[in-house]
Amino acid sequence: MNKCTERIYNGIIKENPTFILMLGMCPTLATTTSAINGLGMGLSTTAVLMFSNLIISLLRRIIPDRVRIPAFIVIVASLVTVVQLLMQGYVPSLYASLGIYIPLIVVNCIILGRAESYACKNGPVESFFDGVGMGLGFTLALTVIGMCRELLGAGAFFGQTIIPEQYHISILVLAPGALLTLAMLTAVQNKLKLPSATNGDAPQSALACGGNCMTCSGAACMANHAVLAEKKAEEAAKAAAAKKAAAEKALAAKKAAEAAKAAEATKEADKAASEPGKEN
Amino acid sequence: MSKLINVSSSPHVRNNVATKNLMYDVAIAMLPATVWGVMQFGIYSLVVIVATVLSCILSEYVYETLMHKPITISDGSALVTGMILGLNMPPTIPLWMPVLGGVFAIIVVKQLYGGLGQNFMNPALAARCFLLISFAGSMTRFTDPVADVIASATPLATIKAGGEYDVAAMFIGRIPGTIGEVSAIALLIGAAYLLYKKVITIRIPGTYILTFAVFAFIFGQQNINYVLAEVFGGGLIFGAFFMATDYVTSPITPKGQIVFGVCLGILTGLFRLFGGSAEGVSYAIIFCNILVPLIERVTLPVAFGKGGKKNGGK
Repeated sequence: MNKCTERIYNGIIKENPTFILMLGMCPTLATTTSAINGLGMGLSTTAVLMFSNLIISLLRRIIPDRVRIPAFIVIVASLVTVVQLLMQGYVPSLYASLGIYIPLIVVNCIILGRAESYACKNGPVESFFDGVGMGLGFTLALTVIGMCRELLGAGAFFGQTIIPEQYHISILVLAPGALLTLAMLTAVQNKLKLPSATNGDAPQSALACGGNCMTCSGAACMANHAVLAEKKAEEAAKAAAAKKAAAEKALAAKKAAEAAKAAEATKEADKAASEPGKEN
Repeated sequence: MSKLINVSSSPHVRNNVATKNLMYDVAIAMLPATVWGVMQFGIYSLVVIVATVLSCILSEYVYETLMHKPITISDGSALVTGMILGLNMPPTIPLWMPVLGGVFAIIVVKQLYGGLGQNFMNPALAARCFLLISFAGSMTRFTDPVADVIASATPLATIKAGGEYDVAAMFIGRIPGTIGEVSAIALLIGAAYLLYKKVITIRIPGTYILTFAVFAFIFGQQNINYVLAEVFGGGLIFGAFFMATDYVTSPITPKGQIVFGVCLGILTGLFRLFGGSAEGVSYAIIFCNILVPLIERVTLPVAFGKGGKKNGGK
């Protein structure tokens, strides 16, 4: 069960599909005009993702490798149809406001991505919980984006108006607002130094400019390189010191070994001397 | 900084032109329009301009302090951004909107992209469009300085609706509009100063206004009064001389500047004559700002010694 909670944590925090993997941008940008829309979109994707991961994982030994993508799409499309009909029946207002984006869950790259990179290589239980984690991460991200946009753009919190109309910044509920909000939230996420596609484990240069000479206009370069040279010299000195220490250590070890050998030899000789009969 | 000698490539030309001087010249050139706007619309419009300027300068200071960058307030670019934004505001706007616009202009459009020289569109205009989309009501509530009526239509809107207009009043500036755009004569005085000081060349504004006039003549009414009214009305003069010529967001190649001006003229004409709203200068300029890298790539001048038939015309 530990593996399952790890999968959920992974989906929500460590590999959040929206803020870190940067997957599924189309529904993220298009359906987050309000918190409730984001939540609805996230939860319907979660439902599809859970069961698509489970089914694909169960069928992973049966599906031939060469036709796996069409097979995955057939499975996902069937599940999306189920979700679509259920939503049409039970939450018609949400169904109306999400519109075309519900059938488009079929081509959401989170779902195919998880099927391809996780479900077709792992067991059904882990895959199911991977789907739950990824889905909840997606839901969380969409709800937060939707909340920010709804609060500032339409002055409401889950449909409850709390800011008078003359203070609404209505660009935020329009298309540019989606990009602005997503960028701001990703920046916050980057600032908090959680791992992400944009701050990942790319090697950091010691230079202030990041060591990228393509973007450098040359003014800061000299100073930067001076700093870098200093740092390199320091490192070299450190390495030399370490080498010296290692050499000394090796020398000491050698001496010790020699001494031990000598001792052993004398012991051996003593033994030989004490048991002369055994030699024959 | 260590005291290394900075080795740079040629040309080793020195003169006194610095960002600072250019920016202060632009600010001085906007003074006639500012004074006219304040005289026309009352002291509150001065409060609006001061508020946007302060908001821009403070945003720049706060951002650069927080990000541990050198403070660049003294180069005057925040001052110019603030002035342009303030002059683009209608005179009755609630004060917090221009302040928000200033913060958006400096932090989102300018600093997040790397500060002065790195912004891909004119910060003041981007902020104006941000406010225009967000607060359409407050941003288009103009007052008539002559009849003292609140919520009157600008001459451009009147023309679009097929009403009467007075070209002379539009030239002098006794018309409703934003604080800085109303008086063509005051703007032209400022523009003449900029041209005289060689801060701008005539290429962008000239081709812009000319292309637009031709466009209006062909697709609008074949009537000289109409064309003049379209040119003097709205933000065309202000946009052409003060916003389209922004160094950061306009092409640096002479040919590119002409292409840029023509694009601006055509787009403004399209937006004004065939679009939903009566004004289209701001959108045309920020749209063309995005085209600038492409324009520069195709109009790259041939390096000395590389041209001519001898070398295969490359």
